[in-house]
Amino acid sequence: MSAFSTTIPPVADQEPMTQLLAPDGTRTPHEELDAVLAGHSTASPAGAAEGDASATADPGPDLASPERLRGYYRDMVMIRAADLEATSLQRQGQLGLWASALGQEAAQIGAGHAARTQDYLVPTYREHGVAWARGIEPMRLLEMYRGISHCGWDPYELRTHPYMIVLGSQAPHAVGYAMGLQRDGLVGTGDLDSDTAVLALFGDGASSEGEVSESFTFAASFQAPVVFYTQNNQWAISVPTSVQTRVPLAQRSRGWGIPSIRVDGNDVLAVLAAVRSAMDAARAGEGPRFIEAITYRMAAHTTSDDASRYRSSEEEQQWADKDPILRLRRHLAQLDEIDETYVKACEEEAHDLAMRLHHFIHDMPDPDPVAMFDHVYAEPHPVVERDREQYLQYVAQFEDDADSTEGSGATGGGSGR
Amino acid sequence: MSTTSSTLPIAKAITAGLRDAMRADDRVLIMGEDVGVLGGVFRVTDGLHAEFGSQRVVDTPLAEAGIVGTAVGLAYRGYRPVVEIQFDGFVFPAFNQITTQVAKMHYRTQGRVSLPIVIRIPHGGGIGAVEHHSESPEALFAHTAGLRILAPATSQDAYWMTRQAIESDDPVIMLEPKRRYWVKGDVDPDHRPELSPWEAAVARPGTDATLLAWGPSLPLALESAEAAAAEGVDLEVIDARSLAPLDLPTVYESVKRTGRLVIVHEAPVLGGLGGEIAARVAEECFSHLEAPVLRVGGYHTPYPPARMEHAYLPDLDRVLDAVDRVLAH
Repeated sequence: MSAFSTTIPPVADQEPMTQLLAPDGTRTPHEELDAVLAGHSTASPAGAAEGDASATADPGPDLASPERLRGYYRDMVMIRAADLEATSLQRQGQLGLWASALGQEAAQIGAGHAARTQDYLVPTYREHGVAWARGIEPMRLLEMYRGISHCGWDPYELRTHPYMIVLGSQAPHAVGYAMGLQRDGLVGTGDLDSDTAVLALFGDGASSEGEVSESFTFAASFQAPVVFYTQNNQWAISVPTSVQTRVPLAQRSRGWGIPSIRVDGNDVLAVLAAVRSAMDAARAGEGPRFIEAITYRMAAHTTSDDASRYRSSEEEQQWADKDPILRLRRHLAQLDEIDETYVKACEEEAHDLAMRLHHFIHDMPDPDPVAMFDHVYAEPHPVVERDREQYLQYVAQFEDDADSTEGSGATGGGSGR
Repeated sequence: MSTTSSTLPIAKAITAGLRDAMRADDRVLIMGEDVGVLGGVFRVTDGLHAEFGSQRVVDTPLAEAGIVGTAVGLAYRGYRPVVEIQFDGFVFPAFNQITTQVAKMHYRTQGRVSLPIVIRIPHGGGIGAVEHHSESPEALFAHTAGLRILAPATSQDAYWMTRQAIESDDPVIMLEPKRRYWVKGDVDPDHRPELSPWEAAVARPGTDATLLAWGPSLPLALESAEAAAAEGVDLEVIDARSLAPLDLPTVYESVKRTGRLVIVHEAPVLGGLGGEIAARVAEECFSHLEAPVLRVGGYHTPYPPARMEHAYLPDLDRVLDAVDRVLAH
């Protein structure tokens, strides 16, 4: 018997996965999470499943009501259509890149709706369903991938951080924000409409980043109201999750004393219930939580990637059978709460969205490059001002020359003063 | 203000600046390793934990990326975190946060989010320390748009630059001259200086050549000017004060009068700020230059073990040697 021990088996699947909806749509009861979905832990329905502007009347506290389930279905259909259209626009040369979230719709729509209105969400660059649930128009996401801006929304207005591209970097931001909430007296007062928590999103690949581990330490030490939420989509570009971790990710946070759960990420109800439960615990002052959602990146890493070089079509087919949208539709059918008319209406609405995105991007003018000098600093800065001035002088040389419309390639690359 | 005009070592002038800033604005927080009960390894935050408590003076886990990264999140919530990096060589674990996040968040969000974070770094060598305690990383940060860098060399600047860095809506890196921490000087906390922190200052007027230095090298430059004066050479000394942005017009004005420039910094010469300054001076003062711009600084080696650092760091003889060479033209 070795003096060294581990209570963790050395295989990466020794962790139960909580599931409320089986792939065939069958509903599995779960005492604790069903209570969360029923709204028993909520004093008010505010902020639950607000969706986009089409949501109107108060849908009540039941997060699993037929009306809400149809709403999640519609959301997932819409965001998948936007995703496919974005890939198409990239192929047409209209976007520089697109990172598809195909297959992760339940993991994202569920998490997005689990957060309450006042909560702050901190995403990576593949959270299109989360963005949709927070009211960020898909146009803003496409703009970013086209190269119009680095972040097309107001993080304060929509209570959602910019998409973060240096993986893991956003995790300490989430913890710091949560530490600010503690200092602002917005944790543990018992008022679910003002007590606030932060949802920090990252993937299985980013879980290896040092800043994620440092964030676990800060969150645990200060008992910050933050929920770490990993969508384990099985692949970090070409590298499988087994290279990122020898133990189930869900177990990792327990070494920090952060309670955790593994859920089926293709099950919108399991995600919704787990994230809602964790966020409410965090806002109540119970400290951080960690959730691993098991899902699958059905498309390549980005439009620049070729997934056929590292994974099999058999594997992809296995996951297609677990499709999150189909699963919710089957469940609704079993409840007799969906009909062809509704399905068709969703498809038409999704088609209209795709067409709007198509025209929006095709008609979008490029910004004036002089805008690159804006907002480098909050306060006046002589070097940036001088560089802007020199750029404008350089461009002005060509203004009388009708043959030259390039206006780029300034020598020297700017100048400080 | 709490203090009246007095003589303080640079370290205590910074303490006073921090204390007055915290009294003036309760959104100002201090974070870092050992900054609380201990008062920091250099005692710069001494007494602040006792006055402001652990919600505002935060002893953090030992994780620099986490310290700067959580400061970003706190700044999003409207706080004004002042982060202490214990030693210059320990800033590198936070390099990602500083260059990809702190520097770029305002730009990324098209001005919607500002990060008024101050990152205090005791920097420079000459204290006989072990590895990673003597670095001068200013060029790495000056190269990154979105950051500001201040390098106080006097107690008065140490106090006021601390206040002004905290008041700035931009992120500011404060390079504190650790080997001069206990050098005393006058501080007047009641009268805000007319000179902007972003401007250079003529520390000693002169006519024959210009010496440009900052932070821990400023006293060396002044000492060199005194030594040269004994031999009848009248050197002008400029304290750069702000390293990002650099106030070069003040340097141009001086060089146009003296025709000669020697730049002194502890950082390695290769790729250092001195090279950038020399290039700008060549562009703007070409016809006024009587000699090539010379740089006195560290060699292209890692910072050496302490028993060799005297040969690595600029000293009086190396500065005067460079002065002789520009005057020989």
